[in-house]
Amino acid sequence: MIPLVFELGRPGRRARLQAPAEDPALDDLPPALLRREAPALAEVSELDAVRHYTRLSQRNYAIDTHFYPLGSCTMKYNPRASNRAALLPEFLALHPLAPEEDLRGYLTCLLELEEMLAVVTGMRRVVLNCMAGAQGEFAGVSIIRAYHRARGDEERREMLVPDAAHGTNPASAVMAGFRVREIPTRPDGDVDLEALARALGPHTAGIMLTNPSTLGVFERRIVELARLVHEAGGLLYYDGANLNAILGQVRPGDMGFDVLHLNLHKTFSTPHGGGGPGAAALGVHERLLPFLPHPFVVDDPKEGPRWSRPEDAPRSIGRLASFHGNAGVLLRAWVYARLLGREGLRSVGPYATLNANYLAVRLRALGYELAYPTRRAGHEFLVTLRREAKTYGVTAMDVAKRLLDHGVHAPTTYFPLLVPECLLIEPTETESQETLDAFVEAMAAIRREMAEDPERLRGAPWTTPVRRLDDVRAARVLDLAWRSGGASSA
Amino acid sequence: MTDDGLEPGAAPAFVPHTAEDTRAMLAAIGVEKLADLYSEIPPELLGPDLSALPEGLGEMDVLRLAHERLHRSEPLLFLGAGAYDHHVPAAVWEITTRGEFYTAYTPYQAEASQGTLQVIYEFQSMMAALTGLEVSNASLYDGASALAEAALMALRLGGAAAGAAPARVLVPALLHPSYREVLRTVLDPQGIEIVSYPWDPARGTHPAAGLEEALSVTSARAVVVPQPNFLGQIEDVHALTAAARAGGARVIALVNPLGLAVLEPPGHWAGEGADIACGEAQPLGLPLSAGGPYAGFLTCRREFVRHLPGRLVGRTLDRDGRVGYTLTLQAREQHIRRAKATSNVCTNQGLAVTAVTIHTALLGAEGLRRTAAVAHARTRALLEALTGIAGVEAPWTGPFLYETVVRFPRPARAVLAGLHARGILGGLDLAPHLPELGPGACLVCATERRTPEDIVRYRDALADVLGAPPS
Repeated sequence: MIPLVFELGRPGRRARLQAPAEDPALDDLPPALLRREAPALAEVSELDAVRHYTRLSQRNYAIDTHFYPLGSCTMKYNPRASNRAALLPEFLALHPLAPEEDLRGYLTCLLELEEMLAVVTGMRRVVLNCMAGAQGEFAGVSIIRAYHRARGDEERREMLVPDAAHGTNPASAVMAGFRVREIPTRPDGDVDLEALARALGPHTAGIMLTNPSTLGVFERRIVELARLVHEAGGLLYYDGANLNAILGQVRPGDMGFDVLHLNLHKTFSTPHGGGGPGAAALGVHERLLPFLPHPFVVDDPKEGPRWSRPEDAPRSIGRLASFHGNAGVLLRAWVYARLLGREGLRSVGPYATLNANYLAVRLRALGYELAYPTRRAGHEFLVTLRREAKTYGVTAMDVAKRLLDHGVHAPTTYFPLLVPECLLIEPTETESQETLDAFVEAMAAIRREMAEDPERLRGAPWTTPVRRLDDVRAARVLDLAWRSGGASSA
Repeated sequence: MTDDGLEPGAAPAFVPHTAEDTRAMLAAIGVEKLADLYSEIPPELLGPDLSALPEGLGEMDVLRLAHERLHRSEPLLFLGAGAYDHHVPAAVWEITTRGEFYTAYTPYQAEASQGTLQVIYEFQSMMAALTGLEVSNASLYDGASALAEAALMALRLGGAAAGAAPARVLVPALLHPSYREVLRTVLDPQGIEIVSYPWDPARGTHPAAGLEEALSVTSARAVVVPQPNFLGQIEDVHALTAAARAGGARVIALVNPLGLAVLEPPGHWAGEGADIACGEAQPLGLPLSAGGPYAGFLTCRREFVRHLPGRLVGRTLDRDGRVGYTLTLQAREQHIRRAKATSNVCTNQGLAVTAVTIHTALLGAEGLRRTAAVAHARTRALLEALTGIAGVEAPWTGPFLYETVVRFPRPARAVLAGLHARGILGGLDLAPHLPELGPGACLVCATERRTPEDIVRYRDALADVLGAPPS
């Protein structure tokens, strides 16, 4: 166990060189508004802190250290060049409200990235001011709402969402003021078009769709689906969570989507950072241009690239960020896009799909059951352990935890909710065949263990810094912050 | 290389496959070509025209291009307005960008993510300590989005005025203009009204009497109390909090976390304290970086924890009784509750939170206090130096915290352009936001990074721009 940083050091110890030596009086501030008691923070030397956080970092599995086939998250290699550019001192010192002439070089990079993304998605225009995928979804469905309103179509307040969708989809739709109606999925993994047709009507605002879906398969009747929704007066929202499967080969704009977001931290390889910061690119069809969130970059023929002004976006859904979005993430995505270029971007989808299909075939040969055996996998695929759960009494969670002992980060478990005891496996295009083969070996060993020593599985992981944690206790005896004096839970 | 880009052997960029690997893997799958993997996709959708994309570049060339684009002569910064130029210890980003932090994801597999989880737990502890409240989430996107989530949360809490009262939030007239816009974007779709309570142009702050009256007229269920306000002025937060409580509203403190090293924390405002505190964590270790990524924070009283949006990390025990950390209370979140979640927020600002945590650990309470105090002393010296020039004045004499307003005898827009030509970012022109302050009003800020010599440079440049001899 590594103690908390608050438990290290001694009262009065500090990293003296990191704060000013001066200690001027605050004699101009009213005493009643001054802090009476210092906050209980760490009291450590610089070495104490550096060693502590370095040691903590070593308690993580990460792409740089482990194969990380976490489905739906596209854990591909994050180029160090991206980080180098985003940490250039001139960029770090750039104030967001600096005059635009100081920002031109950065804005030029953003314009280039926008244009490249517009080409690979088939959208009329892409903007980069959303700070996460979920915020991109909120912006996208808000645009759908603004579009219908602008046409006086106030009745369109229902958003359709397939039952396999990410949880953010319905949550974003509700935040944007919609009612949500779920559309069922057929046993073969495609959306039930008959049920969709029955749900469509004058109240339909649109549909939110991921393609390939969260089930890892391509929506084969997408063209017909788009036609049905458009004929009913609705719009199509593309959740770009799975764009990596088809990047450079198929464009959401060509499938009939009107608005989309894509996660730059997935498809464009910016770091996941332990859970953020992400960034979303938001793309729209021509007719939705007036509603884009602001500020966005304007390629002004006279001034050069600049931020949009209120008069550039009078019908905008509004602002989403304190400033202009997650600039450092966008610059990293720009580096990735420029490194790959046309040939690189065109190869992402095919090789991601190759790796997923290869793993699916190899795991099936070991006896693992694919959730959609008649379908071609996209860039990820679902294994269901429902048979093993019955036969051996082991769960998807047990297999996931045991993989940690084999030096592999677990795939996504128990998502989507439609498939029992599932593992969602996404290897990405940057993994080599030998890494995939080592994963297959691990899964083979685990399979043997199911029959020979299921307790070993149920007790896993054995080699990590801690063993399985008591989640029930965590929620019941809520301990969310350290307090001085030791009484950490109330 | 054929036109479809799917010929084995063509694997570019970060794809490690040799032609032989690709052939062997295709054979294992039982197909001939990469294109066969897309057999379920309608053929008319395949193979879009990508000719508008540029060719890929090597790392050397991309980095050279980045350098050329981003290179510029660095101006002397006296601009804050929500993003502050503080010293960040070298260790902070050295450690934050270690691959183990940089390339991990959300800690769903707790046993393989104890590093990230403990960092978040420490972050939650630090934000709780700074704000004087008991519970913190794992962060939100930025200060403005944290305020929007805080407003939604406050309305979920109900309170004395809940029920029949319309959903309204009272915000200070002197709120950062972008924060106001983000509030509107997020609250409008849910039919929540945003109403301002008045400020006193003679003092640069919000009198409690104005808040009382606004509350009685609007019956708003939540009030945002800033410290300091958008113009850097110190508010009587005790009086504002007491007025909000007397009117039956929930109190949301909007605070600068570095300021809390010296100012009374929201948990103690008016004795009983605010219900929720939120703000921008950027002053704690996050570089300006053209506006992001930053991190929003959100803390609250313990009894409201189930209404918090975003990730939460809790401390618990493993099967062998060892202490460990895990995500908890996930039943509030979108991946479980879907349409009924407290928010659509999915991740937090992980890497930025890592930097904030390391920064705050390195500085400690004493380092943060000195940083705030020196920044404040520098801004006082700046104000004194600038108002020594004929025609430049300070509109108010009340307290502020390391950011305040000066009034130039000419439009600030033109003065700032003149200063910029002399290598100085002299502040924010307030005329577009607060025309009642007159065309010369400018928001200025000096952090601990500005030296007394820097301040002399600003004063001399300003005198030069105004054509006035320095006094």
